[in-house]
Amino acid sequence: MNPMGMIMAELRLAGRPASPGFASGPVVRLVEKKVHRVSSNDPAREADDLKKAISDALLSISALADHAEGEAAEILGFQLVMLEDDALSEAAFQAIASGLPADQAWREALDVEIEIYCNGDDEYFRARTADLEDIRDTVLDHLNGSHAQFSVPPSAIIVARDLAPSRFLSVDWSRGGAILLSEGSPTSHVAMLARARRVPMIVGLGEIPDSASSLILVDGALGQVIVSPQDETRAEFLKRQSADEEIAFKATALEAEDAVTKDGTRISVLINIAGVEDLDRLDPKICDGIGLVRTEFLFGEGPVLPDEDTQYQAYRQMLEWAGARPVTIRTLDAGGDKPIKGLTVDGESNPFLGIRGVRLSLQRLDVFRVQIRALLRAAPHGKLKVMVPMITVPFELDHVRALFQGEYEALKARGVNADMPVLGMMVEVPAAALAVSHFKSDFFSIGSNDLVQYTTAAGRDIGAVASLADVRHPAVLKLIELVAAHGEHSGCDVSLCGDAGGDPDLIPLLLEAGLRSLSVAPSLVGRVKLAITHFSFEEVRTRHG
Amino acid sequence: MNAPPLSKTSPVTGSALLTNAVGLHARPSVKLTQLAKTFSSVISVATDAAGPWIDAKSPVKIMRVKASKGTTIYFEASGDDATLAIAALIDLVERRFDESDGDDHG
Repeated sequence: MNPMGMIMAELRLAGRPASPGFASGPVVRLVEKKVHRVSSNDPAREADDLKKAISDALLSISALADHAEGEAAEILGFQLVMLEDDALSEAAFQAIASGLPADQAWREALDVEIEIYCNGDDEYFRARTADLEDIRDTVLDHLNGSHAQFSVPPSAIIVARDLAPSRFLSVDWSRGGAILLSEGSPTSHVAMLARARRVPMIVGLGEIPDSASSLILVDGALGQVIVSPQDETRAEFLKRQSADEEIAFKATALEAEDAVTKDGTRISVLINIAGVEDLDRLDPKICDGIGLVRTEFLFGEGPVLPDEDTQYQAYRQMLEWAGARPVTIRTLDAGGDKPIKGLTVDGESNPFLGIRGVRLSLQRLDVFRVQIRALLRAAPHGKLKVMVPMITVPFELDHVRALFQGEYEALKARGVNADMPVLGMMVEVPAAALAVSHFKSDFFSIGSNDLVQYTTAAGRDIGAVASLADVRHPAVLKLIELVAAHGEHSGCDVSLCGDAGGDPDLIPLLLEAGLRSLSVAPSLVGRVKLAITHFSFEEVRTRHG
Repeated sequence: MNAPPLSKTSPVTGSALLTNAVGLHARPSVKLTQLAKTFSSVISVATDAAGPWIDAKSPVKIMRVKASKGTTIYFEASGDDATLAIAALIDLVERRFDESDGDDHG
């Protein structure tokens, strides 16, 4: 009714899930504080002050460690070991001797150390920067005399750039709450702590709008944040949240079971991952394989791209983890909303309609051939399926197949162990769905997020049109039906690997449309299986008369 | 202090391949330095037989190396318990630092 009301609509943000769970509440924004300490201008006193701050910091960390268990104890133990090592403060003391104030010397020395961890494509090491920042800030707090208990109101949603483990541990999480980070990593220590304490956490959200007074809803498993929700959205969210605990209990019980509908049809449930680290502590038994590996995360933000061996090792580890189960690795899907420095095209007026997915790979054969060789070499280590994103015309897939064949023969000629993988395509472009029978593809995987945005002409990154981008649109369901029917006639596997597959409310529609295979986030497997056990084809037929 | 210190007897050396999924990451680095500290010998590690050599008892320096899976770690020790130290360190690497990482599945 009120057009302004429509424009001020709620805003939805998407990030990388780091810890599942629901939360709603007020926002607490952590701002990096700057306290100015007055230097004594006496190098000997400055050195003494730093020594005292380090030993005080060691005491305060050990005090926290005394009450910690498991992961928390280990993280604090790591911080203690690092801080006890004189090599960490060596540069700071040298700088103090040459006249720098203690706080500046310490900060600069630690920033150099942190830089070492930031540079590089190993996410495990990058994730350790939070620990070093934590050490740096704890000592600075002691140096500045500003070491105060960090207080957050109960059930608050913390919004920050990144969060230090010691800060996480000083918050009382027993009454709920959540963590939203504009940067951060799902493999960071704080993410492990959040999962262990069941605190919902989402990372990589980018700029989180400043709306401190407004309510925020958090769905950790989906990596979804809703800022200033409308009353309707809020009511629906709270209903889901309250039903969540009961469902979580039932879902966990089903995780390791086969997914079968009420009337006995077996449905494959596979998992979507972004890297080897997502498989940590995951039992392969919970899934029928890996349905999507988003290799662009392996490529980070550039500009240094992973070499053939780094990629080969990562792919091989995934295949070995899965054993006899299939692993579907998607070739680089950069561009659109996933730019990579030095690789994707800058300044396109509409990146989603530009050089992305296979279009980029075919323009950057130097980069693509490296990935192809890594995949060919990994293939003998398991059941590899390779899928190509953004295929629009049959020639693109034929071209990719020829590239694989060429690299395969070259590797064989050099005596390198390699196999030709099964090669399939993603169906994201409506043109590909409508003409599906024209493609010589070994299998099809429907990328529902893109298929929806292209079919409804509603951008994934534009909150104001989010309600239009709905899988339930009859046109989208029709396209899914077309692809599923083609799969059945031709004997090709058809799967779906978008967010829709993980939404229990949409699963009945997807099964009705003919899908028998869904690939979802690992944390959603139990819930998806639960939704499948509640579904019956028989009942649907009866209902439709 | 990049070169191993001179000693009357020639240093004991050894090497092992990092096969645990995360390489010389936080926990493995701490385990390695803690084990090294139990020996009186001066112990150095490197990721290349030609060096540079770093102090095996400094977790900060070990972490700076960022050695990943598939890297060969070289050890050099000088002192009374050098032989024991090298054997113990190689054993630790070959036991994958007693980590039960993703590789153990399937």
